[in-house]
Amino acid sequence: MSDYRIQGATGEWEVVIGLEVHAQVTSNAKLFSGSATAFGAEPNSQVSLIDAAMPGMLPVPNMECIRQAVRTGIAIGAQINKWSRFDRKNYFYADLPQGYQISQLYHPIVGEGEIEITLDEKNPETSKKVIGVERIHVEQDAGKLMHDQHPTMSYVDLNRSGVALMEIVSRPDMRSPAEAGAYLAKLRSILRYVGSCDGNMDQGSMRADVNVSVRRPGDEFGTRTETKNVNSVRFVMAVVESEAKRQVAVIEDGGKIVQETRLYDPDRNETRSMRSKEDAHDYRYFPDPDLLPLVLDDAFVEEARASLPELPDAKRARYEGALGLTAYAAGVLTAEVDTARWFEALLAATATAQNKPEGEVAKQASNWLLSEFFGALNKLGKDLASSPIDAEKAGQLLALVGNGTISGSIAKQVLEKMLETGDDAATIVEREGLKQTSDTGAIEAAVATIMANNADKVEQYKAGKEALFGFFVGQTMKAMAGKANPQIVNELVKKALA
Amino acid sequence: MTNLTDLTLTGIRDGVAGGDFTATEVATAFNGAVAEAQEALNAFIVTTPEAALAAAAKVDADRAAGKPLGKLAGVPIGMKDLFATKGVQTTAASKILEGFKPEYESTVSQKLWDAGAGLLGKLNLDQFAMGSSNESSAYGKVTSPWRRPNDTAALAPGGSSGGSSAAVAARIVPAATGTDTGGSIRQPAAFTGISGIKPTYGRCSRWGIVAFASSLDQAGPMAHTVQDCAVMLEAMAGFDAKDATSLDMPVPNWEAALSGDLKGKKVGIPREYRIDGLNAEVAKSWDEGIAWLKDAGAEVVDISLPHSKYALATYYIIAPAEASSNLARYDGVRYGLRDLPDGANLQEMYAATRAAGFGDEVKRRILIGTYVLSAGFYDAYYTQAQKVRTLIARDFEEAFKQVDVILAPTAPTSAFALGEKTNPLDMYLGDVFSVPASLAGLPAMSVPAGLDSQGLPLGLQIIGRPFDEQGVLNAGLAIEQRAGFSAKPEKWW
Repeated sequence: MSDYRIQGATGEWEVVIGLEVHAQVTSNAKLFSGSATAFGAEPNSQVSLIDAAMPGMLPVPNMECIRQAVRTGIAIGAQINKWSRFDRKNYFYADLPQGYQISQLYHPIVGEGEIEITLDEKNPETSKKVIGVERIHVEQDAGKLMHDQHPTMSYVDLNRSGVALMEIVSRPDMRSPAEAGAYLAKLRSILRYVGSCDGNMDQGSMRADVNVSVRRPGDEFGTRTETKNVNSVRFVMAVVESEAKRQVAVIEDGGKIVQETRLYDPDRNETRSMRSKEDAHDYRYFPDPDLLPLVLDDAFVEEARASLPELPDAKRARYEGALGLTAYAAGVLTAEVDTARWFEALLAATATAQNKPEGEVAKQASNWLLSEFFGALNKLGKDLASSPIDAEKAGQLLALVGNGTISGSIAKQVLEKMLETGDDAATIVEREGLKQTSDTGAIEAAVATIMANNADKVEQYKAGKEALFGFFVGQTMKAMAGKANPQIVNELVKKALA
Repeated sequence: MTNLTDLTLTGIRDGVAGGDFTATEVATAFNGAVAEAQEALNAFIVTTPEAALAAAAKVDADRAAGKPLGKLAGVPIGMKDLFATKGVQTTAASKILEGFKPEYESTVSQKLWDAGAGLLGKLNLDQFAMGSSNESSAYGKVTSPWRRPNDTAALAPGGSSGGSSAAVAARIVPAATGTDTGGSIRQPAAFTGISGIKPTYGRCSRWGIVAFASSLDQAGPMAHTVQDCAVMLEAMAGFDAKDATSLDMPVPNWEAALSGDLKGKKVGIPREYRIDGLNAEVAKSWDEGIAWLKDAGAEVVDISLPHSKYALATYYIIAPAEASSNLARYDGVRYGLRDLPDGANLQEMYAATRAAGFGDEVKRRILIGTYVLSAGFYDAYYTQAQKVRTLIARDFEEAFKQVDVILAPTAPTSAFALGEKTNPLDMYLGDVFSVPASLAGLPAMSVPAGLDSQGLPLGLQIIGRPFDEQGVLNAGLAIEQRAGFSAKPEKWW
């Protein structure tokens, strides 16, 4: 249970949150027409006669969009409804050419499922929580009004009109901004693993309607408000916090929360009323008579199931179990599918280059990726997607460390050069003469010089200041220009101090 | 030389194929007839003589070149102005679509052109196909070519396919397309002494037909004979991937299998259709029909369709509900009429545009439909109507376990005078025999049975099993062969 509380003037308040997430289905064509769906195209360049609702035009379901919704449903362990139906949601607006949105109110394609969130990656076992998903249905997106093109008129761009959306409706199971944020991030992660939505919230591919209410801990649910179209994880968390505080202030002032739709203003970090329930539309939902019920057979569902990749929870468990990674590392590496893919490519390259099983090099690869590589990329202002080197090249670098050709500290230098030039690790090591030496004669000579030059420290060490061991190792490595085999250095320093 | 405009569709097809006359001669003859009758009958909203001639020229050239000819080669037709025709104004008889020229061709009209037919023009209809008299058109009423003897009162050609029925009956087109939502092919056919068939729901693609009530709308042919209807329906029907409700079934060769011999067939007579106060002449015509079918070898069976009495109420909930949503797209934003008063906002533009663009009957049905779908009324009206619709369909299923086709009157009266029915409910009551088959999605046709004492045509309706257009056509043919209907409206225009 979350112990997140709003401290009001009259005591503590608990927040109750539910999210309705609209996720644009990844597909080449719209839900009921053959039009393209690419982001950023010229206005009205991706509009068919159907999308523009010309007289006599009819919708025909795009089964790839349906398949993606089914795959998503299976990925959250949900019931797949083999019989579902499309309904019309009727309202007038200039961005809605048909005068209705085709959606699924009464019989959604996906029923109850759940999503497990982790609130603290450092303590995953004790910070897990399961959030219920009530349903997923598919529906059409609307077009877009452009108010800045003409002094007195609004323009309409229908490129998005008819694009397939999944509406993923959670149970009111979240109790803090952190839970809401974790849920949205996890949902986005699952969608990206599944490949049913690109999850790009900044492009509008995914947006959340945030339902918030407050109550005294343990009381009945309070009246909720719905803040529409919130487009980042951070903003969702901010909406929960600001809206909960606003509601507490209203109630404590003797007011009442009205069920209404609100908008979030990120600049002022506050929500404001858009319309109340009283002037809400009567959408006059009814089954779309242009479409037959959507009936899926077992083969369709089974194909969708078989097509799913390993999902984040399973991957995480495998990383911890079979690969022996820490819970934290497994959590970070599996949080985004792109990271996991990169890691797995790195792991394969590292193992292949060293001719070792993946399990043996997994920790090496994980540690290097998380501590060295992310840091190095960060410094360059890059991420995995824009990395100058691929996992294959990185694996070759790790293999050079693994087989003792270079030391870990030299590897850092090599990595920097690789990022700079894009050259192979082996080429750089060769060119720069960075090969590690295991020449015991040379190392012994260096150790002897260090001992002679630091007689006082040798005394101190022998008197019990064992922490100085690292000093001698460091000095030796420095004298060897970092190229000495660290294990041999360790052994020879130990021997010299004995 | 034969009077070309008196020929049936099949007669024209065979004559063109056999070289008795050219398609161009036929098109020219009909273009002339259309022009001559337009002022008096107002059957067309636009005429397209050049299109008819162009199609004919192609047929003549193909024939000269020895190329195979289509099912309708050389047949010029009228197209109900509910079908989108590329580059030719398509209005649904509404001001809201005045001047609208689609950039696309409806599937059905395209199939007709592919079969060698040519377009004489776009036929008038009740606005958005809502009406039974053709009085709701924004482009003027259509006047039936029929008149009572010694009476010049203008009569209704029926509706909504009233331009189609008037034009065929007046011999200014040999055949026309119609659409039928609750009887809009059958009732006007009955009023004007012609034949018309509404096939099984899904037989003809709805793609490119301005929607009235999607779950009911079906296109079909209207022509002089049952054979003409069979030939034209073959050309119109067929699976269309662009219509999700289209039937994915092969189109039978109905013409080839036509037979008026009904030996071994059972014909059901639904007792509930013998309503209180049934017009005596209609009842007599029905009895004649029964006798003809017996004569054709059929066994006549008394059947019950117990939920028939709810059909009208059910229809007038479901059809307006769908229409209220289907017509939401006519909003002045993208095409058609836009009425933008000075300083109007979006809502005000919608209100002004729709107030100016829709006729009274269309508004009435949008209001009814909006009402029955509204929160608080939805279950009492729409949900209930859907349940009753299921029961009505089940009545037919039960009946068709016993019989092969059902015989009933098409309409409760013969044609009434324009302006005679002022109460919308009186008008709706005229659909009592035609809506049940529409609600059940069944094939149904009207064939001429004779004239009543006023000298006006009466039609008989045959309803068949799903997909059994053949059974319907064959029973229709049996009646046609025995009714010997040869009456024509006397030319007064």
